[in-house]
Order: sequence, then structure tokens, then C-alpha cells
Amino acid sequence: MLSRIAESLFWIGRYVERADGTARILDVHLERLNHLPLEEQRSVARELLAVMGAKPQSEDFGLPELLHALAYDKHSASSIAGSLGAARENARRARETVSQSLWESLNTTYYGLNQHRKDVVGTYRFCNWVLERTAMVRGLADTTVSHDESWLFMVLGRSLERADMTARMLSTRDVQSAGMSWVNMLRCAGAYESFIRTRRAAFGDQHAAEFLLLDRLFPRSIVYALRDADECLAKLDPSAQRVGFINDARRIVGQARTFLEFHRTDDLMSELPEHMERVQKAVTQASDAISRKYFNQADEHAWVGEVS
Amino acid sequence: MSDLFQDYSEAAARSGAYDEMFAPGHVARKSYGQVSGALRELSLADVTARADSMARTFLDRGVTFDYAGEERPFPLDIVPRVIPADEWDVLERGVAQRVRALEAFLNDVYGRMAVVADGVIPRQLVTTSAHFHRAVHGFEPSGGVRVHVSGIDVVRDAAGTFRVLEDNVRVPSGVSYVLENRRAMAKGLPEAFGQQHIRPVEEYPRRLLSALRKTAPAGVDDPTVVVLTPGVFNSAYFEHTLLAGLMGVELVEGRDLICRGNRVYMRTTAGEQRVDVIYKRIDDDFLDPLQFRSDSMLGCPGLVNAARAGGVTIANAVGNGVADDKLVYSYVPDLIRYYLHEEPIIANVDTFRLEEKEAREHVLDRLEELVVKPVDGSGGKGLVIGPDASKEELDALRKRVIADPRGWIAQPVLQLSTVPTLSGDKFGPRHVDLRPFAVNDGDDVWVLPGGLTRVALKEGSLIVNSSQGGGSKDTWVLANSPQMPAEVIPRQSVTLREQVSVWPVESNWRDRQTEQQQ
Repeated sequence: MLSRIAESLFWIGRYVERADGTARILDVHLERLNHLPLEEQRSVARELLAVMGAKPQSEDFGLPELLHALAYDKHSASSIAGSLGAARENARRARETVSQSLWESLNTTYYGLNQHRKDVVGTYRFCNWVLERTAMVRGLADTTVSHDESWLFMVLGRSLERADMTARMLSTRDVQSAGMSWVNMLRCAGAYESFIRTRRAAFGDQHAAEFLLLDRLFPRSIVYALRDADECLAKLDPSAQRVGFINDARRIVGQARTFLEFHRTDDLMSELPEHMERVQKAVTQASDAISRKYFNQADEHAWVGEVS
Repeated sequence: MSDLFQDYSEAAARSGAYDEMFAPGHVARKSYGQVSGALRELSLADVTARADSMARTFLDRGVTFDYAGEERPFPLDIVPRVIPADEWDVLERGVAQRVRALEAFLNDVYGRMAVVADGVIPRQLVTTSAHFHRAVHGFEPSGGVRVHVSGIDVVRDAAGTFRVLEDNVRVPSGVSYVLENRRAMAKGLPEAFGQQHIRPVEEYPRRLLSALRKTAPAGVDDPTVVVLTPGVFNSAYFEHTLLAGLMGVELVEGRDLICRGNRVYMRTTAGEQRVDVIYKRIDDDFLDPLQFRSDSMLGCPGLVNAARAGGVTIANAVGNGVADDKLVYSYVPDLIRYYLHEEPIIANVDTFRLEEKEAREHVLDRLEELVVKPVDGSGGKGLVIGPDASKEELDALRKRVIADPRGWIAQPVLQLSTVPTLSGDKFGPRHVDLRPFAVNDGDDVWVLPGGLTRVALKEGSLIVNSSQGGGSKDTWVLANSPQMPAEVIPRQSVTLREQVSVWPVESNWRDRQTEQQQ
């Protein structure tokens, strides 16, 4: 398949997952934020934005600005509207490769972005709607696209972004040390019921963080997502080697995952920030390595002619 | 007839054009019987609701064209344009004839130029055409076809006669709307389809792909076909993706291609892959910076040489523009007689060649009655309709014509035929044209039954181009007789298929289970 198309597919996967993750985080935190006194609300809004990897546009940054920056700003790649717009634009560029129904669901999602009230109440509905739409996009991608290279690139992007998003969810815990409970954190990832059923009475921050970080069976846990990414990379480049990896992305993803899986600790909570930072860094590096290997364009038009 | 057609006959009489649906006296023509019956049953609310849902579907499916950097849905009107079988038969033969003549003309012009030596056309006519490319002179493209895809624009004059308005043999666009319109209409106005056989259009992509594969360079068993697009900002980008998708081939941009050793390759995730046939959807000028515009970033250096060496087939061939030059158009009837020894089946529109002194003086005297067009324009660009133009516009035009008489032609203003079109809360007559598409695989010219009917949405307007506020209509060609005679085939009594089981079924597992439980 064309490198350019592969790149588009990879980014469809990433952007859709990013919209999904951001909607989850926003939904849960909005509830907390609303109860805080104004001054605190403002500082927490700033911190939350920083965790999502963006900087406030103006000095005057409060709840409405946070909603704009994370949900409705069409020009920012870290907002929901921006991600879904970018996913749709990528699908438009790869339209002959993705299935018609996948394209249509992304396209109608894009046109639906404007049909929401942009206040706090409207944003709850908006987040819910985004979760539904992204679930639909993922479902259509899984059921109407052949599971060949093109699908693998989409899943690769999706898994990397998912690891990144879960890392951010866990990082938001620091933001509201006063309040973000482990219950909310699990709700954020849609993991509450799974967790309760698995761990039964073993509640607590430590266990919740462990679940989201290390569980081998919960699909949104970081270890699970990284393993998915690793499997995609292996299928994309099946050449077996006696020693080491030629593919940098595999090395980076594999190292991050195995470190987490085999690491032994008694005090996960104090190490958490470091783990999260490492995971996010690994995702960025892996993404770069994948572009270098698969999406390498021509060195910007070798031919330069004289212009008469 | 319901009140949706109130005032229609008066409006139709005002324009003085041939109406496709109603004969004089407001009687529906026979071919429109089914459509007019279906419309009669509908109230204004029904019609508007259906039109809205059709528009919504188009937006969701992304059936758009880019205008000034913005994606716009292409407006589709709910009343189809219907062409009876006998009229289509003439059009089909006429279009195919024209394509064969233009194919022969292009081969001649880029070869021996016998047509000039025999005095049919002046040499100057060819050499002064902006799209005559010396870079492709003197070789026959591999596959032997130059006009793989063409769109011949025809209109019907006030007397009801079809005439060719222009030929498009470079990159004719619009076929995607033909395919999408039919899908949308089948859902939007299903009542109008029943009881009559409308010829299907969905085989177009298959025909196109097989023609492209057939004209691949010699010695390639399983040719790789690609569609070459200028990119997502092109006004016809939707069409490029649709065709590539329906043919199941890659849609490439210039930067995805590399030429090496007169072969063309595309960059894929598995390294470089050879490309044999390029369905080119970009203008010649931007195709190859080595031969044409050296500042073009859309093409790929070396394509023309690769085509010359026979390493790749480019469809349509480079340099075809000389055949759809509007001054050459005025000679096409002569070309048909010269190459095919046949009389033209569809006539041209009367055309004044402004290079001829007498014609020029005549035209300059009556500019306000005529349409004046630039010879190499497309999309209605630069065209001036005399009766609608202001005095200043006409004066400016006069200067430009005198400065460059080779650059312009003049034609009488044609009252294009009309079809009822939804406008506000009723149907009104709106002018239409028709672009049938033909695919040439070297042995046979196949004409897509139907084509793109474009409609000017403003009352009285004669400009149907989408970039200037035009819309489209689904175009139905009625089959002569239903392809399957209903009574002949004796209906076999339906037998239920007997169930065969080949899997080793443990039919009594349920029993065993209970045994075990016991």
C-alpha cells in the first residue's frame, strides 16, 4: 500500500482514540471541577490542560476556556473536535482505501460536531455522544475493513494512543490530589465494573492504578495496549531475526511494556509519575520511529527546475 | 396534476425552449409518464422532505465538489431527466462516431499530419493551439488509444434537435455524480422507477478498468493501474477517490511516483512497485516538470519520456487538448467525413471562426446577440453571453477579440431545453445540458447509457457549470423493451433446497450430555 495512505490510516487510529480518551477524561473531571470554589477551579483547569499536553491560550483561563480547549476548539490537535476533524480529513485523503461505511461514520461525526450546546450540561451530552461515535467508528473499522496492512496501521495508531491516553488518565490523579478518587479514575477508563469483579474487596489507589497500568486482560490498560501495538508491528514486519530488532519502534514499545510487566515494587503510587512520563515518551518515540520506517516520503521533490 | 406544477406552462412558454417533460399544451410526454404519475401523488411537504433527505445523504457520503477551498454538496434535483430509447440510440451512435473521429485526428496530428497535407484543415490551426504539445509528437502511445475517456457535451435546441456543444477529451469529469445520483434517486423517488426498464449505470467503473488494463504496455500480464490526482484540494477530488475506490486501485499523487529508466514506480510500505497504467486526472501542463511547467509540484519528472519509451500508458494521452480546442471543434464534421467517410450523426452548433475576416466583422456587429467563448476555456470561464452582458463588457470583449481572433469563437444563443426543477415551493422550467461519457478500449467505444445532466438553478440562466451555481439531475435512458420478456420464461415451481449435511454432526450430543449428567 502507499506510504502516504498508511500514514493517514495510522493517524485515523490515533485521532479517534484521542477523541475518545479526551472525552472520557473531560466527562469525569467536569463533575469534580464544578464543585470546586472558583479560585481552585481555575488552577485545576490549568493543570488539567497541561496534563493533556496543551498550554492555555490566555491568562484568563477558567472552566469555559477549558471546555473550549479540550472539547470544541477545531484548530487544536488536543481537543475532541480538532481530533475528530483531523481523523475525518485523514480519512478523506485515504477514502478509496477505507470502507465507505467507515468514511461515512467519520464524515457524519464531523458534521455533527456543531450540533451541541457548549455549556457544562451540553458538554456532558457531547462527551457521551463522542464515546458512542468513536465506538461506532472502531466497530466499523474492525468489521468492514480487511484485517490486512491497512487495518494494522489503524490498530497500531489506536493502541499507541490508547496507552498514551490511559497514562494521562492516571496522571490526572495528581492534579486534584484533594479529590480525584480511584473510583472516578476507573470510571474514566470504563474499567470500574471489570475492576470490582476481578479484585472484589481489594479497593484502594494502589490496586486501581495497578489495574489500569498492568492488567493483562483489560483492553484499556497500558500493558494490554502496548502488547497490541507490539503485535501489530510484528505482523507488519514479519522478518525474523536471530538477534535484536532492526525496527526501532518494536524495541521501544517492547522495552516499555516489559519494564512495566516485570517491574516489582512495593510503592507503585510514588513511582506512578515516573512510569507515566516514560510511557508517554515511549509512545512519542515509537510514533517517530514508525514514520521514519513506513511513511518516509520523498525528500521533498528532488527536481528543481528553472522557472522562466 | 397537483398544484406543484401551477404556472409551469406559462413559465415554459416564456422561455421559448423545448421542454423535456411536457409537450406544448402541458401534456406529459410518453417517456415521462411514470415520473409525472409519481410526482402527481406527492404533496409539497413530501417533495421537500425527500429533497432534504437526498441532500443530507450527499453531505454524509461526502458527495461534494471543492469551490474556493470549501467542500460543497453538488445539488441534485428530484425530477430526473428521461431520454427515450430511440433518441438515445441516435445519441449513442453520434457520440461514438465523434470519439472515433477525434481519436483518428489525434493520431494523425501527432504523426504524419495527412489531414493538413490533404487540405482539410490549415496547419496553423493545429500549431497555434495552446494544447498542441510538441513533446509528444511522433510516437504512438502504448496500447494504441489516446481518448480512453471522453465527455461529449450535447444540448437540445428550441426545435428539439440534439447538437454537440463541445468535446472534452482531456480530463472530462462528472461521472461520479452520475453514479451517486442514481443511488440517491433510487432512495428518493422510488415510485418513479417501477414498471419501466431504466438502463443501469453502475458498470462504468468496471468498463473503465477493463479498458485501462487492456491498453497497458505490451508484455505486462497483470497490469497495475493507478489514478493520478492533483490532491485533496482539487475540485473533482471526490470523483478521483470514488473511481479509484470502485475500481479497487490506488489513488496516487505526483509525490507518490518515481520515474527511473523510463519505468514508473510508486512508493509503498513494501518498497517501490511498478505502475503500468496511469489514469491521469491532472492537466498536461502540470504532469511533468521536465517537459511542461517546471514549477509544477503535482506531477512527476520523467513521465512523458516513460510514455514515449513505452514503459507506461497514460490515459488520456498527453496532448489531447488539441482535439477539444473550440476552433478545431468547428471542423469536426469535416474530420468525421475525412477519417470515417460518414456523415455526422449529431450536428454541431453553428460556429463563427473569428479568424476569418468576414465572419469576424459580422460577429463584431452583432456581439449583443451572440455567445462568445475562448477556444481553450472550460467550466464556463471567460464565456460572454451577448444579451446578458453590459455595454462595458461587450466593449472589453470586442478589444480582446480583435487583439487575438484565434483565441475566440462565436455562436448564436441557444435556448437549451428545459426540465421541471424544484425551486422554492413549486416546479419551474430550468435549462439543462447533457454530458454522455464514452470509454474507448481500442476495439470498441462504449457509451455510458445516460450521462451527466447539468441544470442551471436560476430561472432563465443558460450557465449550467457547478462552479457557477449549477446543479444536476439523474439521467434515465429507457430501454427499448424490457430486457427480459416477462411471459416467455416459464416460472419454475420453487423447490425448497434439500438440506445436505457434510459436517460430522454429533446429532445426539444433547442426549449424551444428559446421560453424563445422570
